Amino acid sequence: MKQTWIITKRELQAYFDSLMAYILLILFLGFSGFFTWLYGSDIFYIKQATLMPFFNIAYWTLFFFIPALTMRLISEENRMGTMELLLTKPIGNWQVITGKFLASLILIILALLLTIPYVITVSSIGNIDGGEVFSGYLALVLFSAMYISVGLFTSSISNNQIVSYLLALFIGIFFQVIFNMLAENASGVVGHILDYLSVSTHFESMTRGVIDSRDLIYFLGISFIGLVLTDSILMKKRYA
Amino acid sequence: MDIVVENLTKRYGDQVAVNNLSFKVKTGEILGFLGPNGAGKTTTMKAITAYLYPDSGTVHVGNYSLDKNPEEIKRNIGYLPESNPLYQDMPVIDYLRFVAEIQEIPRNEIDDRLLNVINSCGLEKEKHKKINELSKGYKQRVGLAQALIHSPEVLILDEPTVGLDPNQIKEIRELIKRIGKEKTVILSSHILAEVEATCDRILIINKGKIVADGSTEELRKQASGKEIYRVMVEDGEVNAVYEALKSIEGADMVDILDAGKKMFEVQGASGTRLAKAIFKVCVSNHWILMQLTPVETKLEDIFMELTTG
Repeated sequence: MKQTWIITKRELQAYFDSLMAYILLILFLGFSGFFTWLYGSDIFYIKQATLMPFFNIAYWTLFFFIPALTMRLISEENRMGTMELLLTKPIGNWQVITGKFLASLILIILALLLTIPYVITVSSIGNIDGGEVFSGYLALVLFSAMYISVGLFTSSISNNQIVSYLLALFIGIFFQVIFNMLAENASGVVGHILDYLSVSTHFESMTRGVIDSRDLIYFLGISFIGLVLTDSILMKKRYA
Repeated sequence: MDIVVENLTKRYGDQVAVNNLSFKVKTGEILGFLGPNGAGKTTTMKAITAYLYPDSGTVHVGNYSLDKNPEEIKRNIGYLPESNPLYQDMPVIDYLRFVAEIQEIPRNEIDDRLLNVINSCGLEKEKHKKINELSKGYKQRVGLAQALIHSPEVLILDEPTVGLDPNQIKEIRELIKRIGKEKTVILSSHILAEVEATCDRILIINKGKIVADGSTEELRKQASGKEIYRVMVEDGEVNAVYEALKSIEGADMVDILDAGKKMFEVQGASGTRLAKAIFKVCVSNHWILMQLTPVETKLEDIFMELTTG
């Protein structure tokens, strides 16, 4: 656990040293703020004291930003050879992977915390549903964890950051849109499976304020699978 | 801590990088690992440091085995990989602190250890610079510093002096020698003079197999199996001396190096007491022996002989 935290600390430091963290925070707050308050189906347009517009826009901004955070995490280490350096220290693959995973997740949580003023503002205009806000934020954190884990996996596949980024989007778009589209046209068991695989199913029910164990299992499960796959890729390199 | 490598085999696809390699390094020994490119030096080192998993064979470091307690092995090894990978955008001191933390050095000792390696690696002035601002030689020092920071029992250095200037090379060699007195060191290099200067023992591998093992002197004998002497005599006639030398039992080859100075080179199988015979021949003919020098085979020649063909 201590070793994991050392990796997390270094990665967070690297995020802030490389300005990556600041760029992400500014872009994320800028985009989500703009569409929550000023443009499109924003809060004043729908005339309800709800954070739904924010959750819906974060759904997409995070989708595009997270792979940008994760793309270099492992590919860079493989390319520079520092992975060899790390893994010959008393630290295991799993600690390296979870350390990096945590660093990205902490950065995302920080970005989400910076949107707390939105909650305060909305609650001062009308009667806000606290449970819905809580479960919405929880959904965003879990959603981020899932895509960070996918991004880590694609980062371990290629030594090229851009390839890692695009590959993460490619895999992500299935969960984000394609499974949902297919589910609408499929029926029976296949339809159910596709529906379950689609992120929007779980995201929507959580942002509506329902915390169901099926949704939690979905997000945590995919996150875990992503980390395990990343580990297996790293392992393969050491057996190669 | 002793290092024992037993029947280590590692394949990359069809290619056998290391083929049934076995050797032992004792505490207080500096082992030089020599071999042409692609001989399997780096692969062997990666296996000892528990980075690559071998196809078969085992490695023991002290009482720890690679299969059962890799973490313990890693805790006791300081490793400088071939390409000297570093986190380029970290300042030297932050990087070394990070490595110290990962090596599980107790928090209250970290500052002392940092100061220690920074001094011994000559990084005092550069410690606040970012690593990518350093010259190659200084980067190499940082690489060495990170390998030394937890004062490991075993030091594995893959081409430690690459990119250093002659002064730095001298310093680093002395540092390695100093460390090598109490610790176990394996260093690979393609600079033969370096291995000769720093190592107690040399291991030459080719195509994944050991082709020579021993101290430089032993290697010389083992490789050539010959003794060569340079002989210079006064008095006597060149041809007569030549014939006399040639008639010595055990002298396989006699060369005239300089007819005017009457300088010859006599070659024979080792262990035939050639020097004694040469002396006797000269005495019996009343020639005065001006020079009788054993000629050493150069390490380069041994290396070429063993690793080509």
